[in-house]
Amino acid sequence: MTTPPSPPTRRRLLMALPLVGVGAVGVGFWKMLSGMQNGAFNPHDINAPVLDRPVPDCTLPGLPPQDGFGTAELRALTAPVLVNFFASWCIPCLAEMPTLMTLKDRLPLWGIAYKDKPDNAAGFLRHSGNPFTRLGQDSAGRVGIDWGISGVPESFLVGPGGIIRWHSAAPLTEDTITSTILPLAQKLRTP
Amino acid sequence: MTPRRTLTALLAAMVLVLTPSFGLAVDDPAEMLPDPQAESRAEAIGAQLRCLVCQNESIEDSSAGLARDLRRVVREHVAKGESNQQIMDWMVSRYGAFIRLRPAFSLGTLLLWSMPALALLIGCAAAFVFYRRRATAPPPPPLTEDEKARLASLTKDGPA
Repeated sequence: MTTPPSPPTRRRLLMALPLVGVGAVGVGFWKMLSGMQNGAFNPHDINAPVLDRPVPDCTLPGLPPQDGFGTAELRALTAPVLVNFFASWCIPCLAEMPTLMTLKDRLPLWGIAYKDKPDNAAGFLRHSGNPFTRLGQDSAGRVGIDWGISGVPESFLVGPGGIIRWHSAAPLTEDTITSTILPLAQKLRTP
Repeated sequence: MTPRRTLTALLAAMVLVLTPSFGLAVDDPAEMLPDPQAESRAEAIGAQLRCLVCQNESIEDSSAGLARDLRRVVREHVAKGESNQQIMDWMVSRYGAFIRLRPAFSLGTLLLWSMPALALLIGCAAAFVFYRRRATAPPPPPLTEDEKARLASLTKDGPA
């Protein structure tokens, strides 16, 4: 029988090491998975690069009778605005519209019709209601690429000075609005 | 059939089987660059860019609308005479490192790729320390008189 040369406390510590390691990895995985469930972590999330950057250079023609906008208007902002890319051919956009209609009185919304024919976009807004105070057209989809969108609907919260503060690549929900967008917009209003 | 004929038939069959793989990109001839060299460069760049809609295809392989737009953007940049690096950076500045099908070399990816070697090294080091400590451990103390007597009684009528 050999007796251990190291004192028992040290030996116990060494034995606990793998357990602690496994525990740490377990907590990491648990955080990841629970984050995926409540939306705090999304492994498919793309295009974080726009965050905290000024809006990309763009000029969007308006959809009559509404005025379009561009970098100049966005950089001149003194209060936050939610910029929403949508299209008449996009089903999730149609599903998102009622949510935007409830949001329009709490936060100014500017819309960008992405790769859409003017007539179709106008018809879509006539049908679903128009929550946008300004309405630009990105018929070629090039502005969308500059903003880094990969589909519609996508929303950007643009703060004073035209800095993008928040982005979502998914349709907005009442939950996202009350838990994330409105508190953030409030914070941007009172710096 | 003569052996040569068989061979010819076999070759023809192989060519037939392999042909589609050269025509997989969904490129419409209209969107190709007139200069074949520039076009092949654009294709090489596009093959390294992820289609963000389908996520596991390159924009050269994808038929998604966004992939088509991005292919066009790549060709515009190639026609402008930009380097591969410049075009890649332009894409990454818009879509992040996720758009690269082959991740760029950075401290994070270095750590990721060297993880198996690192784990092996740490394991070897731990084993080395463990065994060296055991080798240098003092020999067990000699048996006491009681233990000697017990051992003798145990081995006396042991296996014959």
